[in-house]
Amino acid sequence: MSDSQPFISRSLQRNPWAPRTLFSSSMSVISTLCAVIAVIPLFSVLYMVISKGFSRFNLDLFTQIQPAALSDGGGLLNALQGTFYTVSIATLLAVPIGVLAAVFLAEFVRDTKLARWIGFATNVLSGVPSIVAGTFVYSLLVLTTKQFSAFAGGVALAVLMLPVIVRTATEALELVPQELRQAAVGLGASRFQTVSRVVLPAALPGIITGAMLGVARAAGETAPVLFTALGSQYLSNSIWEPAATLSLRVYNFATSPYKNLQDLAWAGALLLVLMVLVANILSRLLVQRRA
Amino acid sequence: MALSSEKPVIASEMRRERSPLSRKLDTGFVWLTGVFAISLAVILLTIAIQVGYRALPAMQEFGLGFLVTQRWDPVNDIYGALPQIYGTLVSSFIGLILALPIGLGVAIFLSEDFLPTKIQRPIVFLVELLAAIPSVVYGLWGIFVLIPILRNMGVALNGGLSWIPLFSSAPTGPGMYVAGVILAIMILPIIAAISRDALVAVPDTLRQAAYGLSATRWETILKIIMPAAFSGIVGGTMLALGRAMGETMAVTMVIGNANKIKPSLFDQGSTISSLLANQFAEADGLQISSLMYAAFVLFLITLIVNVLAELIVRRIRTKV
Repeated sequence: MSDSQPFISRSLQRNPWAPRTLFSSSMSVISTLCAVIAVIPLFSVLYMVISKGFSRFNLDLFTQIQPAALSDGGGLLNALQGTFYTVSIATLLAVPIGVLAAVFLAEFVRDTKLARWIGFATNVLSGVPSIVAGTFVYSLLVLTTKQFSAFAGGVALAVLMLPVIVRTATEALELVPQELRQAAVGLGASRFQTVSRVVLPAALPGIITGAMLGVARAAGETAPVLFTALGSQYLSNSIWEPAATLSLRVYNFATSPYKNLQDLAWAGALLLVLMVLVANILSRLLVQRRA
Repeated sequence: MALSSEKPVIASEMRRERSPLSRKLDTGFVWLTGVFAISLAVILLTIAIQVGYRALPAMQEFGLGFLVTQRWDPVNDIYGALPQIYGTLVSSFIGLILALPIGLGVAIFLSEDFLPTKIQRPIVFLVELLAAIPSVVYGLWGIFVLIPILRNMGVALNGGLSWIPLFSSAPTGPGMYVAGVILAIMILPIIAAISRDALVAVPDTLRQAAYGLSATRWETILKIIMPAAFSGIVGGTMLALGRAMGETMAVTMVIGNANKIKPSLFDQGSTISSLLANQFAEADGLQISSLMYAAFVLFLITLIVNVLAELIVRRIRTKV
């Protein structure tokens, strides 16, 4: 007995200098380093966007349209207007269609072959490159109407938003407890009443979260609006005219040689990043409160 | 007796309550949602048909030669997309090579019990945020931050190792290697997230059994957990590859947009998506059709990669 005790404690204790343990500890250090390396670009982007974009973060940014190439001052009002137009159109198209499609998947055909096939198509659709979605809407709308427009840009963004909305809304609906549905049906509610009065309200925080993330993502998308909304130096009078978006202006100004425009590009990037940050933090809070 | 006489009354009352119209409306609602759900698949098909249809004139004019010729000449209406296809493949490949080991490291770091959940959560959030930053912001950052840093490293590599074809030219600023690094940053969160899902899905009994046999933590990870999660990791990597090949703005802003094939990574190049981004707004005639052809090729490549990835990833999801 007396010498079995030290034997056990010794056998469970690894020698930290044994090759096996050394290898294990050094791999742990390496994987920690990987995590550090992975978030460095994020902090660098945040730091640059805040430090460079903040100098132009004033009232002018929101009240003046973009300046001519060589002049000073100016703001991003026309880009904000275009972003508002295109993202609103995309939201109005994608959210109702997406949520209703999710209702079908989660409420009426859940766990069937059809649901799996549509889920598969949704995932593949979300993998379609954004520039191809832009090409698609260009050929669908711009070539047929012979007109670049905020509307076409909105449709292109809707194609990209749709799978995001469907996926998050389906997940949110599937989390609603089955008992709620049974109670509603037990009280004699129709399927429409069950969905509209009981299930959708219960899933609302999740659906709003998805929509918010979709909106933030759509506002930052550039490739699909490049040759659908095209961009404009002035305020647009209607959604049937070309329009600039924040993302387009960041692209154009970043590649221009003028310091004033480059500064505006950073300010625009700051706005885009703020949008993403706020949407992500809000959605996190919404989900946390529910849990 | 009392019981059996009550039942039919309730049933008939319920039947009376709902008129045929309301029942029709209810079925109509189910149909409506069904139509929207199926429209997702229809959109996918329409994209292929629409883009393919517009590409037909260029397909007839150049055939498959489009894929293997190097000339993109709007003045004489002669088009070939080999440099862009080459650029798409090479830049995504560089991105993948850089992102895969780091992404895997992150996934392991965030899935095994290195950290208490309280610290793990914010790091997961940060990695998610990395994926949410708009592409155009990465492009802007790439122009003003990444290019100056990488140029210095490139000059050093070119100075010491210029006999290797990969490093044979002096870096001028934008180029294939910058695009590769930006792509690596952008696809890293995808690899990390999906690999993490796959690692977390490995049953704990496997870990306990390995530890019970006195394996070290990393022997367990490398010999037990990684093989078990292998298909998920491959699926995530392919999904990331598909994303890298379609990525447009950041790449367009840092790759230099030169229509040529050069062996050196420091030379400027272009990708299918950067070609589309640069030329579409001002194109007309056969050029539009040729761009559609290029877009169609990109669509097909990413479709194949994505479908394969989806099938592989789906296998782990159904196992969980």
